[in-house]
Amino acid sequence: MLLSIAWKNVWRNKLRSLIVIVSITVGLLGGLFYLAFSNGMVQQQINSSIKTEISNIQLHNPKYLINDEIKYGIDNPENKIKKIKSLQEVKAVVSRIKSVSMISSAATGTGTTLNGIDPEAEMQATDLYTKITKGTFFKTKLRNPIVIGEKLAKKLRVKIKSKVVITIQDMSGNITYGAFKVAGIFDTHNSIFELGNAFVLKKDLTDLIGYHENKITEIAILLKHNDMTNITETKLKNMFASEINSDELTIRTWKEINPILKMLNDMTIQFTMIFVIIILVALSFGIVNTMLMAIMERVREIGMLMAIGMSKVKVFFMIMLETVFLSITGGIIGLFASWILITITNKTGIDLASVAEGLNSIGYSSFVRPELGIFFYFFIGSMVILTAIFASVLPARKALKLNPAEAVRQDV
Amino acid sequence: MEHFLAKFAKHIKKKVIELTRLIIVISYLEFICLLKIDFWDFTMSIIKTINLNKIYDAETEIPVHAVNDVSLEFEAGEFTAIIGPSGCGKTTLLNLLGGLDRPTSGTVTIDGTDIIKLSSSEIIDFRLRNIGFVFQAYNLVPVLTAKENVEFIMQLQGIPKQQREERVLQLFEQIGLKDRLNNRPGKLSGGQQQRVAVARALASKPKFVLADEPTANLDSKSTSNLLDIMEKLNEVENTTFIFSTHDSRVMKRARRLVSLEDGKVVSDNNQMEHR
Ligand SMILES: Nc1ncnc2c1ncn2[C@@H]1O[C@H](COP(=O)(O)OP(=O)(O)OP(=O)(O)O)[C@@H](O)[C@H]1O
Ligand SMILES: [Mg+2]
Repeated sequence: MLLSIAWKNVWRNKLRSLIVIVSITVGLLGGLFYLAFSNGMVQQQINSSIKTEISNIQLHNPKYLINDEIKYGIDNPENKIKKIKSLQEVKAVVSRIKSVSMISSAATGTGTTLNGIDPEAEMQATDLYTKITKGTFFKTKLRNPIVIGEKLAKKLRVKIKSKVVITIQDMSGNITYGAFKVAGIFDTHNSIFELGNAFVLKKDLTDLIGYHENKITEIAILLKHNDMTNITETKLKNMFASEINSDELTIRTWKEINPILKMLNDMTIQFTMIFVIIILVALSFGIVNTMLMAIMERVREIGMLMAIGMSKVKVFFMIMLETVFLSITGGIIGLFASWILITITNKTGIDLASVAEGLNSIGYSSFVRPELGIFFYFFIGSMVILTAIFASVLPARKALKLNPAEAVRQDV
Repeated sequence: MEHFLAKFAKHIKKKVIELTRLIIVISYLEFICLLKIDFWDFTMSIIKTINLNKIYDAETEIPVHAVNDVSLEFEAGEFTAIIGPSGCGKTTLLNLLGGLDRPTSGTVTIDGTDIIKLSSSEIIDFRLRNIGFVFQAYNLVPVLTAKENVEFIMQLQGIPKQQREERVLQLFEQIGLKDRLNNRPGKLSGGQQQRVAVARALASKPKFVLADEPTANLDSKSTSNLLDIMEKLNEVENTTFIFSTHDSRVMKRARRLVSLEDGKVVSDNNQMEHR
C-alpha cells in the first residue's frame, strides 16, 4: 500500500518530477559516458600496446632488465619457445634480439632500441606489420632493410630506400657501425614507441654485432585473451622454475613491463568515479530540494494522515519511498540511455582528429571506442540507490516534524 | 377414583401455570437486569475532560486562553454539536479530545485511558484504533480513489482484505456513493468528498468520530444530506459523533449542544436535562 501511494505521489506533479528525472538522466549520461570514454581510451591503449608493442607476457634474462646489454641473453630459445607453445592459452610466441643503438641519417641522429626480429614469427605475434603506411614489412630485396616509425622517419628526414647508419656496441664491447636501408615506415599513433624502436632482421643484427646463433634477449608471448595473463604467468613460472631459481630467466606481464599503463588504468577509473560521485552529490541536492517542496505543499495532507493514525514510521517510510522511486526512475533511465549511447559510440568510434596530435604524443590513439564493463553499471546503479536514500532522509524527517494539530488547521 | 385423578390433574395444571408464571417473572427480571446493565453500559461516558486548559503563546505578552477550564463528559451514542462564534476554541477543544494537541493543563480520559500520558507514537496508534476524524477540508489523499481512501485506514489497522472489501461496500452503500468507488477525490463534489471522509472515519469502527466543521464548505443541500448520513450511521452503527459548527441548521439536528465562548462552556443542554 505504501509502495503504491508513494509511487502515485511521485507522479502528482508530473512536470516537477520529470525535471528531476531528466536532470538525473542527463547527469548520469554525462558521468557514465565520460567514464566509458576514459575507460575506452585506456583499454584501447592497453590493447594496442599489448598487440603492437609488448604482448601479454615477456621473458628476459634478469640481468638484461637491470643493464640492457645484449650479452645478457636467453640461451636455447627454440627449446623454450616449443615448451611455451604447448600451453593452450598461448596464441603466438616470438623471440627478439634487442639492443640500444644510435640511428643517424644525413640530417640528424637519435637513440633508439634496435629490434632484431624474424618477420614471419613477428607477424604472428604482433600487428606491427598492419601499421605499415609506406613501403613493406621486410618484403623487400633491399640489403640490410630497416623498418622505422613515422615519427622517427620525420625526425631523421628519411624516406623509403633512404640510408641510415646504426651505431651499436658489439659483443666484445667495441662500437661498430652498420648501414641500413629504410624498407618500411609504420604509424602506431604512439610517438614514444615510434621514436624508441627500429626493426631489422635478426640475422643482419647478429652479423653486425657478432652474436651467438642460439641466443636472444627477449621472448614475447601473445595470449588468446588478456584475461588469461595471470593464469599463464603462473603456469610459466612453474614451467621454468629451475631457470628462475638460478636467475637465468624472469617472467613479467604487461602490468609489470609497463606499470604506467596499469597506473593509468587505475587512476583514470578512480578520477572518473570521483567525477561521477560529484555529479550524484549535486543531483542529490536537487532531489532534496524537490522533495522538500513537495512536502511543503502537502502539509495538510500529511497532518491529516498522522491525525487519522498513520504512524510516524509509515510517514517517514512513505516520503523515503517517494524520494527513492523518483531517483531510481531517473537512475534507470539514465543508466539505460548511457548504455545505448556507449554501445552506439563503441560501434562507431569517436575520432578526435582535432586534438589527436596532443593525444598521440602522450601515447593515446586519437580514435576512441568508449566502453564500460557491466560492473560499472551495477556500481553506479547502487550509488544512485545510496544517493536516493541519503537524499530522502532530510525530507522524510521534515515530514515527521509536522504537528498534526497545526497541519490540519485551515490557516497553515 | 376418577374424581381423584381429575383433582390431581387440576392440581398439576395449577402448579405448571404457577411455575410458568415464575419463569416468566424471572425471565422478565433477568431481561430488565440485562437491559439495565446494557443501559448502564450504554450511558457510561467514553470521553471525560477535567479542568482542561489550553493556552497558546503562554510565555508571550498576549497569551490566548483558547480552552478555559473545560470539564465535560460525552457518552456512547451521542450526537453532539460544539457551537460558538469563530475563535471561541471549538477546533482547539476537538484537537485536545482527539489527542492531536496537548493541553496546557487538565486531563482527557478516553474509555478509561488518560491520553495525556501516552507517548506521541502511542497516541497515533490510539487514534487509529479509537477515533475517527472528519475535517473541514483536505480529508482525502488525492492520489487514491474514494475506495482506497477508506480502505487505507483499515490497512493501517491490519484488517484482512476480505473484511476490508465488505466493510467498504457496506459503508459506500450507506453514504450512497456505491457508483463512485473508483473515482479520485478530485472527481467528486465537496459534499461527496465529505461523505467519503465520514465513511473513512467510520471504517475502522472507532469509539467516536470527531468532526471539525464538516459542513463548513458545503451548500445547504449537501449539508443536510451529510447530516442525514451521519444521523443514520449514528443509529445503525451506534457511533458517537461530536462535531463543531456555527451553522444554525446543523445545530438543530444535534441532540446535545455544548456552547463555548472564549474557551469556556457557557451552556450544555445535556447537563440541564440531567438536572
Ligand atoms: N497555534 C495557535 N497559536 C496561537 N493562537 C492560536 C493558535 N491556534 C488557535 N489560536 C487561537 O485560539 C483561539 C481559538 O481558536 P480555535 O481555532 O480553536 O477557534 P474556533 O472556535 O475553531 O474558530 P473557527 O470557528 O474560526 O474555526 C483563537 O483566538 C485563535 O486565534
Ligand atoms: Mg475552527
